[in-house]
Amino acid sequence: MKFADEFRDRDKAAALVREIEKLCDGIETTRHRPLNIMEVCGGHTHSIFRYGLEGMLPPAIELVHGPGCPVCVLPMGRVDDCVAIAEQPGVIFTTFGDAMRVLGSRKSLMQAKADGADVRMVYSPMDALALARKNPGREVVFFGLGFETTMPSTALTVLQAEADGIENFSVFCNHITIVPTIKAILDSPDLHLDGFLGPGHVSMVIGTAPYEFIASFYRRPMVVAGFEPLDVLQSIWMILKQISEGRAEIENQYTRIVPKAGNDPALAAVAKVYELREFFEWRGLGSIDHSGVRVRDEYARFDAERKFSVPNIKIADPKSCQCGEVLKGVLKPWQCKVFGTLCTPETPLGALMVSPEGACAAYYQYGGVKRQAHNEAATAVS
Amino acid sequence: MNIMSPPPRKLGRIHVPAVTLAHGGGGKAMKDLIDDVFVSAFATDTPRALEDQARFDLAALAAHGDRLAFTTDSFVVDPLFFPGGDIGKLAVFGTVNDLAVGGAKPLYLSCAVVIEEGLKIEELRRVAQSMAAAARRAGVTIVTGDTKVVQRGACDKLFITTTGVGVIPAGVELAIGGIRPGDGILVNGLLGDHGAAILAARGDLALETEIESDCAPLHGLIDAVLKAAPATRTIRDATRGGIATVLNEMAEASGVAIEIDEAATPLREEVRGFCEILGLDPLYLANEGKIVLAVPPAEIQAALAAMRAHPLGACAMLVGHAHAGEQGRVTIQTAFGGKRIVDMLVGEQLPRIC
Repeated sequence: MKFADEFRDRDKAAALVREIEKLCDGIETTRHRPLNIMEVCGGHTHSIFRYGLEGMLPPAIELVHGPGCPVCVLPMGRVDDCVAIAEQPGVIFTTFGDAMRVLGSRKSLMQAKADGADVRMVYSPMDALALARKNPGREVVFFGLGFETTMPSTALTVLQAEADGIENFSVFCNHITIVPTIKAILDSPDLHLDGFLGPGHVSMVIGTAPYEFIASFYRRPMVVAGFEPLDVLQSIWMILKQISEGRAEIENQYTRIVPKAGNDPALAAVAKVYELREFFEWRGLGSIDHSGVRVRDEYARFDAERKFSVPNIKIADPKSCQCGEVLKGVLKPWQCKVFGTLCTPETPLGALMVSPEGACAAYYQYGGVKRQAHNEAATAVS
Repeated sequence: MNIMSPPPRKLGRIHVPAVTLAHGGGGKAMKDLIDDVFVSAFATDTPRALEDQARFDLAALAAHGDRLAFTTDSFVVDPLFFPGGDIGKLAVFGTVNDLAVGGAKPLYLSCAVVIEEGLKIEELRRVAQSMAAAARRAGVTIVTGDTKVVQRGACDKLFITTTGVGVIPAGVELAIGGIRPGDGILVNGLLGDHGAAILAARGDLALETEIESDCAPLHGLIDAVLKAAPATRTIRDATRGGIATVLNEMAEASGVAIEIDEAATPLREEVRGFCEILGLDPLYLANEGKIVLAVPPAEIQAALAAMRAHPLGACAMLVGHAHAGEQGRVTIQTAFGGKRIVDMLVGEQLPRIC
């Protein structure tokens, strides 16, 4: 497969791993504890598991799976709101596939569909707009979800709906922003991170400048990374290189996609349609200031939150759920007290078990290899 | 088949363009539909009055082997017609293959259909004729059936259930619990074609591909493998859930671990690309003409050679081995050099958000 296989070369991977091991050996910290590197984005978590990267890295590197899976961090109350909208008569509720399984306090969208709600999986908000065009007598709602990666496409769809005079289309906006969340994680007292793999797709939209504070204020290196396995390995190597040279900078490994200044037309569309919310609730992490956006007043008629009455009730995460600690990297997924027992992909209690990008689901599905080695080592020591 | 044949009879004809509830009413309309669409397609000799059941001569069955194999499967597929096949072909080959993977010679099928009112007679006829052609190709006879018509919305166009009867020759002992450490895990060709073809044919992905379903009857291939590698432990067809699901079932039933090698897993470039775009894992995509075999070390090469000599096994590969690791665990050595677990899917694969 052209333009993909080149980034999955086994020999280059082995060579990079050797270079990573060499750098690790020269870093003083690794004599006392492993280096904690957080991949912010769920897409990276997925690549790490899919290609078995954790098992290839030396034990001196711990990958901490961050909060960048938008499906995972969606609070239960918002899912309840989705279900409430979907269950209103005449509504066609459209969503990306992996949001179908997330449980609200009553049910998931998949269950709502089974109970008779018209819930449809689409691949793009434009598909939802096309549905609205085809069904003028129905209200078509698109479940707007995701970071800056998906924000421009919903913004542009709203602008298109306005231009075409389509009145039976709206977005239920749950878009979130990554930068305040990284800041909240860095401010968390129970956490020690040595570096970040920066989110490639988000950065394609926002550029690399918004991360500067991570280097200048918090003195942590970040490398914006691509999603192929060699991208991830090279980015880890770049982080280690910074640490070994005592640097903390924002570097861009994913130059074939990410421009330093971001994507102007995309940012303009986002700024036109959305504005920052004062705060947004994250599953597992609680409320974070300025971490979500809502539809501006000028486009209120395309805002499902205004168009439909939703319960808008805050539902507390289940008490036994330790997603917050896992999201911040304080706990490894399998160290959570309900992992694999009360909380499985079939009956996800915590958000991280829901989407295949969620760290817990990924461990459950793909992960055990490193965990197995970890457990065997622990047994050998005791 | 029928021991006492009643006299020949004239078949009824249907004169309307679409199926209505009248065709399920048990009267003349139903008889005409059955005659015109199904009996005329399935009959292998002069049509005669129908009994309520097919009847088999036991001695004739016993000539094929010493055990009866019996299986059933329901087929619901959207769209009814897709590149490489249709629901009718699928309903015949699917059940033929369920018999064949047990080592049985497939002989007879039943065909029960549930039709949504409004289905065009021409579409139904195409399906019945496709079933008849598939049955001829597979060397089986469709000997009994049932027809129901339901109101619009109560089913999706057409559901078909086929039940199959076959006979297992003496000495053929395939068992899913029989895999031993060291056994080779083989497949007969390119994986995931059917699943990708169906997803693409639904049309809501706006992806154009030339991928066709691999729908095919596998008993000839299996016969050839069992002649070349008679100690073969087990064979499974990798339908819904793909080879990942079959491998997990095998590892669990036999109490072994299985490791496969991604680089040895045969995939069409188009299917790889298709999965890449949608964020799907081809190991979980359905196949309708692919088997997974566990073969003891001494016979691996013979089994491979026998498959490669058959038109349905040209791309056969040794994809991995069973070993004495954690019981029930399936892993894949990634082409990139890493390793990961291949678990059962929880539900269906859903495309990822980004």
